[in-house]
Amino acid sequence: MKDNAFSSSAHISVRNLSVSYGRHQAIRNITLDIPDKKITAIIGPSGCGKTTLLKSFNRIIDLQEGVKVTGQVFVDGEDIYGPEADVMQLRKKIGLLSQRPQVLPMSIYDNVAYGPRIHGMRDRKKIEETVQLYLKKSSLWNEVKDRLHEPASRLSIGQQQKLCLARGLAIEPEVILGDEPTSALDPISEERIEQRFLELKHQYTIVLVTHVLRQARRLADHVVFLYFGNLVEHGPASEFFSSPSDARTHAYINGNFIDEYSDAPAAVMSMA
Amino acid sequence: MNKRKRMDIYARKGMLFISAMICSLFFVIVLGLFLKARPIFSGHTAGEILLSSAWHPTRGNFGLASFIAGTVWVTAIAMFIAVPLTILTAIYLSEYAHRNIREAIRPVIDLLAGISPVIYGVWGMIAVVPLVRDHVMPFFSGRFPFFPFKSDNYTGYSIITAGIVLSVMVFPIIISITCEVLKNVPAAAREASLVLGATRWQTIKFVILRKAYPGIMAAVILGLSRALGETMAVLMISGCSLFGFPKSIFDTAYPLSALIANTYGEMMSIPLYESAVFLAAFVLLILTTLFNMVGWGILLRAQARES
Amino acid sequence: MRKRELEESFVKALMIFSTCVVVGSFICILSTVFSKGISALSLDMLVKTPKGGYYIGNGGGILNAILGSIILGIGAAFLAMIISIPIVFYMNLYSAKNSKYAFLMRFFLDILWGVPSIVYGAFGFALMVVLGLKASLLAGIITVALLIVPIMARSMDEVLKMIPFELKEASLALGATKLETGVKIMLRQALPGMLTAVLIAFGRGIGDAASVLFTAGFTDSLPYSLLKPVATLPLAIFFQLGTPFPEVQERGYASALVLTLIILVICVLARILTKKFTKNILK
Repeated sequence: MKDNAFSSSAHISVRNLSVSYGRHQAIRNITLDIPDKKITAIIGPSGCGKTTLLKSFNRIIDLQEGVKVTGQVFVDGEDIYGPEADVMQLRKKIGLLSQRPQVLPMSIYDNVAYGPRIHGMRDRKKIEETVQLYLKKSSLWNEVKDRLHEPASRLSIGQQQKLCLARGLAIEPEVILGDEPTSALDPISEERIEQRFLELKHQYTIVLVTHVLRQARRLADHVVFLYFGNLVEHGPASEFFSSPSDARTHAYINGNFIDEYSDAPAAVMSMA
Repeated sequence: MNKRKRMDIYARKGMLFISAMICSLFFVIVLGLFLKARPIFSGHTAGEILLSSAWHPTRGNFGLASFIAGTVWVTAIAMFIAVPLTILTAIYLSEYAHRNIREAIRPVIDLLAGISPVIYGVWGMIAVVPLVRDHVMPFFSGRFPFFPFKSDNYTGYSIITAGIVLSVMVFPIIISITCEVLKNVPAAAREASLVLGATRWQTIKFVILRKAYPGIMAAVILGLSRALGETMAVLMISGCSLFGFPKSIFDTAYPLSALIANTYGEMMSIPLYESAVFLAAFVLLILTTLFNMVGWGILLRAQARES
Repeated sequence: MRKRELEESFVKALMIFSTCVVVGSFICILSTVFSKGISALSLDMLVKTPKGGYYIGNGGGILNAILGSIILGIGAAFLAMIISIPIVFYMNLYSAKNSKYAFLMRFFLDILWGVPSIVYGAFGFALMVVLGLKASLLAGIITVALLIVPIMARSMDEVLKMIPFELKEASLALGATKLETGVKIMLRQALPGMLTAVLIAFGRGIGDAASVLFTAGFTDSLPYSLLKPVATLPLAIFFQLGTPFPEVQERGYASALVLTLIILVICVLARILTKKFTKNILK
């Protein structure tokens, strides 16, 4: 992927993106395409910009203090960092699932209905249908259908993450971003969320940040490898895992990775 | 630009505007008081007003010195009583007391802070004045007929009465800030001392208090500032008569804040009287603000050093 | 070894003594006000306004002051809310939590918090002269509102500061505007604390005499106009206690009891409402 023309199947195109927080340079000059209706995994050691890259897609990094962004990110052909960009509409198009499920302080029903309501949905019947539909899509419906109006904070953490998924889907985005969405969950809940992603990719473009290589192998169609803010390599998953072109990639996915930039003793990644 | 975005922008602008108004409020108050006080400087110098104790408005004498002295006496007594009691209480609450006791006493502190100053004045009149008049004053003035006890004031309305009531009024602020400060001493420091076999009190004395010292100073300073500004309670019980400089804790006093409150109604008839009172308010404002800034400054510095 | 332990016991005894003094003074205040006041408290006092010569011993009650204080307090609390809520929302939502702007605002709020209430009263008086207002309910409301804004804003700020960043992020990531996030999410999460802040500030407002001394005036009639003077409980107490007539003084104690009861009720209400509104909020 070295050409600069937009790949016709790219949903998000990043061109020369650099992000810094104050004096810390989080992302250096990244150029890549995120393919449409596939699952793209962003992998790499901790703290090397994966989340920053992800969050630059829906401009939620704008909220951080002292953040500076140069370069362009094209979504459906428009630069979301351009002067004309409508951030709220962008965030309707691109949904975000965070690492730790953050439910809103309201009932389960209202959590899912929040997004549609603020974007203008008023019809009660339509809202009910939407809530039901997306709770089903995130396979939470059966567990909560009898207690929709209970506070969302009473759900277990796995259920809360599914609720956040339903909430994100309810605004009918085109892209779903996941920031290590299963890292706070137990193995069974994790498996269920992963199942959802595999089904959802037929309808949505999905970008996941993960530090668990096994998960990337399970889910990804396309892989992006970041190392300390630099894009090392990206490509289709099959090529990426079987015959990576960069030596660092090779080291990382084989668990021989030594963290030469940190003071910690040699960190050996778990076996992929 | 759609409606939601427009509302957001209006809200933002409105909020900024109100914030700017509030920031400037302080300066407006300072300016307002100063402007109202200015006329008095046409006939008197600042030194004359602040240092002279001759207060005869009808004759054009506006010396505030005895009022300032009154404020100082009353505040000093209040702090003298309050500081040891509150610091000891705060240490007890945060280092020794069982959680249930702490939770039970917390609302008491909050309620003490919420009681109206007038009620404190009433309490002073009902309980403290007779106490001082019938027991404390005769005892001390008889046994120790010298400064600062000797006095001719047998009414019970005196500096010590006001000081006692005022000290209770500042209990809550010193206790709550000191408790906060003690809570913020890192657990590691405590552990390091206890691990070496020190008793609780030794840990407190040598480690915790040392670390919390600036914060406790700040708490005391803020309490002091509160005491300086209190009006109603001292108005009701400190005697408010003009006998010049108080020379004993049993003498009456006429604190600056009481002066400002008392002259309501009389101000208009005498020229420059109003101006003198506004000057008194101005002095009180500057004094309390200075103490406040020092107090908050210490707390902020301590906070910044922690992080 | 023994010396250490002796010292520790001694200091501990001092501490417990101090705590008892603090708690004891609270109990003493409440009990003296209650005992002195209850004997003179009568239904008449609560439902009648002062008849002519009330302050020299004739009949009537303090209804004018009770209603006056409550109405003035509510008015001041509303005005203070209109000022405080935008400020604290800007501090915690639109600007970053620890930005220079927030620091400056908190600094000024702290300074204003420390200004004595008599200074607010004197300033309110000066303002009245400038604006051509007479001593009135309106002047009182404005002055007390200015007095309680720092108290209210500080408490509200403390509550809003505790809202985790992730919650705001979650709402914004769904495409909400900051205003929507503030109103629909942050307000909900902080509602108990905000209510408490308003109630506490209200309690301070009605208890303060120095700020209304010059600005609200005093009257024997019930509050009926924003531009007319209004009676307040603290001043009613003060005036009654200032007369040489024992019957009037007794009534003063009873009035003090009424004021104390009102403030106690507010504190209890604050606690109850806090519990009631925590159903949906996140821990």
